[in-house]
Amino acid sequence: MSSDLTSFVALAPAYPELLLAIGAIILLMMGVFSNEKTGNTMIVGVAIGLLAVTAVLVAIHPAEGVLFNGAFIQDGFARFMKVLVLTGSAFALVLSVSTASDHNLNKFEYPVLVILASLGMLMMISANDLISLYIGLELQSLSLYVIAAFKRDSGRATEAGLKYFVLGALSSGMLLYGASMVYGFTGQTQLDEIAKVISLGEPSLGLIVGLVFLLAGLAFKISAVPFHMWTPDVYEGVPTPVTAFFASAPKVAAMALFIRVVFDTFEPIAKDWQQIVIFVSIASMVLAAFAAIGQKKLKRLIAYSSIGHVGFALVGLSAGSQTGVEGVSIYMAIYLTMTIGLFACILALRTDQGYVEDISDLAGIAQTRPFIASGIAIIMFSLIGLPPLAGFFAKWEVFLAAVEAQLFVLAVIGVLASAISAFYYLRVVRTMFFDEPNHQFIKTPNELNVVIALTAALIVTYGLTVGGFLKDVAGIAAGSLF
Amino acid sequence: MTLEIAFFYLFAATAILSAVMVISSRNPVHSVMFLILAFVNGAGIFMLAGAEFLALLLIVVYVGAVMVLFLFVVMMLDVDFAQLRQGFLQYAPLGAMVGGILLIELIMVAGSFLVAPEVAGSSVVPFVEGMSNTEALGNVLYTRYVYLFEAAGLILLVAMIGAIVLTLRHKPHAKRQDIAAQVGRKREDAVEVVSVESGKGI
Amino acid sequence: MNHTLLQLIVFLPLLGALIAGLLGRSIGHRTSEIVTSGLLVLAALFSWIVFLQWTMGGGEAAHHAEAGHGGDHAFVAAESVKVELFRWISTAGLDLKWMIRADTLTAVMLVVVTSVSSLVHIYSIGYMHEDPHRSRFFAYLSLFTFAMLMLVTADNFLQMFFGWEGVGVASYLLIGFWYKKPSANAAAMKAFIVNRVGDFGFALGIFAAFMMLGSIDFDSAFAHVADMEGKNISFLWAEWDAMTVICLLLFLGAMGKSAQFLLHTWLPDAMEGPTPVSALIHAATMVTAGVFMVARLSPMFEASETAMTVVVYVGAITAFFAATVGLVQNDIKRVIAYSTCSQLGYMFVALGLGAYSAGIFHLFTHAFFKALLFLGAGSVIHAMHHEQDMRKMGGIKDKVPLTYWMMMIGTLALTGVGLPLHLLVDALPNIGFAGFYSKDSIIEAAYGAHTAAGGFAFWALVVAALFTSFYSWRLVHLTFHGETRASKETFDHAHESPMVMLVPLFVLAAGAVFAGYIWYDSFFGHAEHVEHFFKGAVVVDAELIDAAHHVPTWVKLSATFAMIIGFVAAWYFYIAKPETPKTLAKEHAGLYAFLLNKWYFDELYDFLFVRPAKWIGTALWRGFDDWFIDGVIVGGIARRVKDITSQVVRLQSGYLYHYALAMLIGVAALITWAIAAGGLLG
Repeated sequence: MSSDLTSFVALAPAYPELLLAIGAIILLMMGVFSNEKTGNTMIVGVAIGLLAVTAVLVAIHPAEGVLFNGAFIQDGFARFMKVLVLTGSAFALVLSVSTASDHNLNKFEYPVLVILASLGMLMMISANDLISLYIGLELQSLSLYVIAAFKRDSGRATEAGLKYFVLGALSSGMLLYGASMVYGFTGQTQLDEIAKVISLGEPSLGLIVGLVFLLAGLAFKISAVPFHMWTPDVYEGVPTPVTAFFASAPKVAAMALFIRVVFDTFEPIAKDWQQIVIFVSIASMVLAAFAAIGQKKLKRLIAYSSIGHVGFALVGLSAGSQTGVEGVSIYMAIYLTMTIGLFACILALRTDQGYVEDISDLAGIAQTRPFIASGIAIIMFSLIGLPPLAGFFAKWEVFLAAVEAQLFVLAVIGVLASAISAFYYLRVVRTMFFDEPNHQFIKTPNELNVVIALTAALIVTYGLTVGGFLKDVAGIAAGSLF
Repeated sequence: MTLEIAFFYLFAATAILSAVMVISSRNPVHSVMFLILAFVNGAGIFMLAGAEFLALLLIVVYVGAVMVLFLFVVMMLDVDFAQLRQGFLQYAPLGAMVGGILLIELIMVAGSFLVAPEVAGSSVVPFVEGMSNTEALGNVLYTRYVYLFEAAGLILLVAMIGAIVLTLRHKPHAKRQDIAAQVGRKREDAVEVVSVESGKGI
Repeated sequence: MNHTLLQLIVFLPLLGALIAGLLGRSIGHRTSEIVTSGLLVLAALFSWIVFLQWTMGGGEAAHHAEAGHGGDHAFVAAESVKVELFRWISTAGLDLKWMIRADTLTAVMLVVVTSVSSLVHIYSIGYMHEDPHRSRFFAYLSLFTFAMLMLVTADNFLQMFFGWEGVGVASYLLIGFWYKKPSANAAAMKAFIVNRVGDFGFALGIFAAFMMLGSIDFDSAFAHVADMEGKNISFLWAEWDAMTVICLLLFLGAMGKSAQFLLHTWLPDAMEGPTPVSALIHAATMVTAGVFMVARLSPMFEASETAMTVVVYVGAITAFFAATVGLVQNDIKRVIAYSTCSQLGYMFVALGLGAYSAGIFHLFTHAFFKALLFLGAGSVIHAMHHEQDMRKMGGIKDKVPLTYWMMMIGTLALTGVGLPLHLLVDALPNIGFAGFYSKDSIIEAAYGAHTAAGGFAFWALVVAALFTSFYSWRLVHLTFHGETRASKETFDHAHESPMVMLVPLFVLAAGAVFAGYIWYDSFFGHAEHVEHFFKGAVVVDAELIDAAHHVPTWVKLSATFAMIIGFVAAWYFYIAKPETPKTLAKEHAGLYAFLLNKWYFDELYDFLFVRPAKWIGTALWRGFDDWFIDGVIVGGIARRVKDITSQVVRLQSGYLYHYALAMLIGVAALITWAIAAGGLLG
């Protein structure tokens, strides 16, 4: 019955979470007691700083280990994913700095909720027990529900928030049901202990059913088909900076959790979950490729694009190998970069009537806003997966893993889906470069320009600059799971 | 012992029947009532298992507070359930099919229920003789499960923030009590003495 | 031989091309001209140094590749210098280095290419001075030169193919330099396409050589030739002798590049390009690439008698055919073009007979006098305000005296004027213009071969020599002599070209006069001297050379007689009785039209290839592409995609319970599948 609370030093692996939790509460207090007008910007700034500091702490603080009687684990994989999540959250907040007031996000609760959501994500990533997994997931989800409905005067945002909440609750129910089945059939809640029990004998039917429910709940969080239905509606309905947040950090966290669950817990029955992942992967890639073609709204397009990319990432996971996990890790890092860059571009395009919403609003921005147009074009080409841009390397890694695992059909379908998806990405590029401009745009805030330039530069020079480093780090991260 | 088993099946059967009634009764108030019944039966099962603290907690919190709140909401909202059902009926066959399949599969699962004896219950906190239910809970809640406890606290914090953010409105014309202003009020601020000429008014 | 010098020779033109091509706009036309010309003059100087060092000094202790495998006559690689530039391709079974190979053959070609190219560069400064895109022109010229140098310094088939295609591209660009002129564009395309036919054969030949000889490196490929005896290769529908197939395929490439009979149609049309281009590409360098290639691969051709015979016949027919067409052409450049075609035929005859040195000798001398003729013609055209029709010239001898004399020298060299003093007195050498030595060598070799093909070639060449003399003098008479037929204005404004155009003419004229006399002994003198000169770069058939030197006297005089008859006929037709040609043309209208229309080859090809190709193209375009691919496949797929998309989009109804239902169906389906696939049911 020893408690980790007895020694602060023993808590070292959980310092980042502690920092974030305490920071969130302090920020909340700062918000409550500060002037509404001036306080917001300061709190956003502090929140970004807090996330950044935490990210640095995770990156350089080497403490790893299992805490709280096995409920919490900090390892290489967790650290890699945590850095991604924190970076994503921080950049999502950066994107909201000048755009928050246009989207009714200029309340101090917003950054606080983002931090609490990030905390939930860190807990998900570090979850080593079914209960802590669920608690972390709920902390994240609940924060996201509130953030989704944050623009409470807007019908669309409220509807989106409600849909997200109801479906999210349904998925949580499934996850919980699956978790209870797994517990029921193994008698354990701790992930590695479950794996030990499973490896002892033949997997029972109940375990398989529990596994499917558990994965269904997780698939909802990464918005994989057929649990994706909320994504387009929510992405479209919520304010754009929030969409940027939804599309980036939570995806990474949920994917990390997915990876940990299937590799830590269900390693002995890899065959069973691999089939499910393959199915979900193919469904996501194909459906997203087709559905995105029919979209007219930019954010719905991005929603389907993100569904498709989750499908591609799952291709790597399907391989069920260390290379596969490495591929997914790289994929998520690159996906995060592209997403942040893309949303920076979208938020940078503001007319006096409001932000761009339809794809047709982008018409001719190559002439009026060449910088942003080229930024979008680079990101679109990268999303397609054209070499030598970063997106190509991402797809390369996961397809390579699939081919190594002899999943040729999957790889072929993936490449085909990628080819179809090129159609709608290129349509955006065509609209930007070959149509007549129909809007006048207002000056872009500086920080967005910096973000666009930074992400575009990373994408273009990926192979030369960060590529090698990222591969090394992802290799270490993947190695810690095996 | 037989009595205990008899009660278990009574509670369990009533709970399941009530649950069915919750979703099948036409009147929403009835649904809530059946839900309360289901909870009470759940509490009964807890009681049989020796977890009297949880049983009472369930009654007090769920039945006493949450459900009563629910009842108020349901009764105050004018929800036309018949209208909502129309869409539901359209998909009933499909839903029934999906549900049927799931049911069959779950029955198969039940048929194959098997827990390795050496691991069954190994993670359960050992029962300490002479320790009260409440004490035992408290004993693990702040030690073994402190991480989850704190995290749950954060979830409640988020819920609170969410509730405030989503509902609190500062209406500019709403009258609020300002204690300081009330206390600091002086006679001069409130009362003015004027001499009024007769027949003129102020 | 100096390695740096060789590298400089090859890469200086590339440098010039890059400077003029990329920086032409910013540094200006004048600078581009000077830079490219200067670099080429430098390259030419170095080439001469290399050539003289190599041929005089006997080279240095150079590579003597190891003797070939097997066979009683072991193969000894040519004495050569190889400069490794970098490793090019390294895969299993194929290890290629980019090398500069220099032996006598290369040295000769280096001299020819860089000399003519540098003179053409200088000449172009004057000729193109009104053109607004001069930098581009000079960049192309230098680029062409670089490609040509890559070709002649190639050490393996692939590098040769690179240069081969490089000159093809550069010539396409140069012929079509005036791209606003539709005829120039068409000519450029025609040249490119006709060459594709040859290149196809060339490529197949390289593949076959690699397959059979196991290497595309020249020396090691040659070393394996001896093993090929009696080996067959299956090609198309049957088994053939391997070396014959390889050589014929390779020769097909040579035929395309060197405009031999059946693949010659592009060369006259290519005269649409600027005249300096014609001088550089279509007289001295590119068209001789085929000759060079066959000479370079002489050890391979030697292994196939059939292929050699084919080469002789094709060459002889070309020489004769082109000469007949040249008789009646009116465009001054086309006359020279057909003359080139004809002279290339001479060279192939020499190659086919095994007298490679004679072929190369003619290539060498021909480069000087033909470039001289072309540049002279350019000077005439320049003087006559871009008039190319000889019927509208005449009597401008005194207007352009220097050009006239240069053209005279060129004509004398081409027709092979010389005094066969050696026949009279043994101690005296023959004295004559360059063409006299080289052409007579070939004709003598043809007779001396004592084969059926040789006999045929001998008579074809003698007749061709007669025709050559006739049309050459016809050109001179029509252009310079007699009464002028030009408009008065043109005639009055006719003027001598500037010195920048004339100096290259002088240099070339010197070559046309002396090149034959100086190098006759090295190329086709005593067999030992020839062997010493070539150092194994080409196969030297000492017996043949000997036999050629000992042919009957009438054979030796035949070419000279033919030349004199042609001269007299031309004088009679165009000076003494200028009305004769017209009456003759009227009396033999059919023959005249046949010749004037170049034996109707263009029409034949149009009927045989162009029209069916167009028809097939249209059918494929309308039927296959528009209807099937675009309509059914692409359009169909696009429509299917749209259908699927609309279905998928309809799923996204916005209703919560639809979404929830989808999730439940998903879970149910996944569970069912997991259970079924897990084999737990079975």
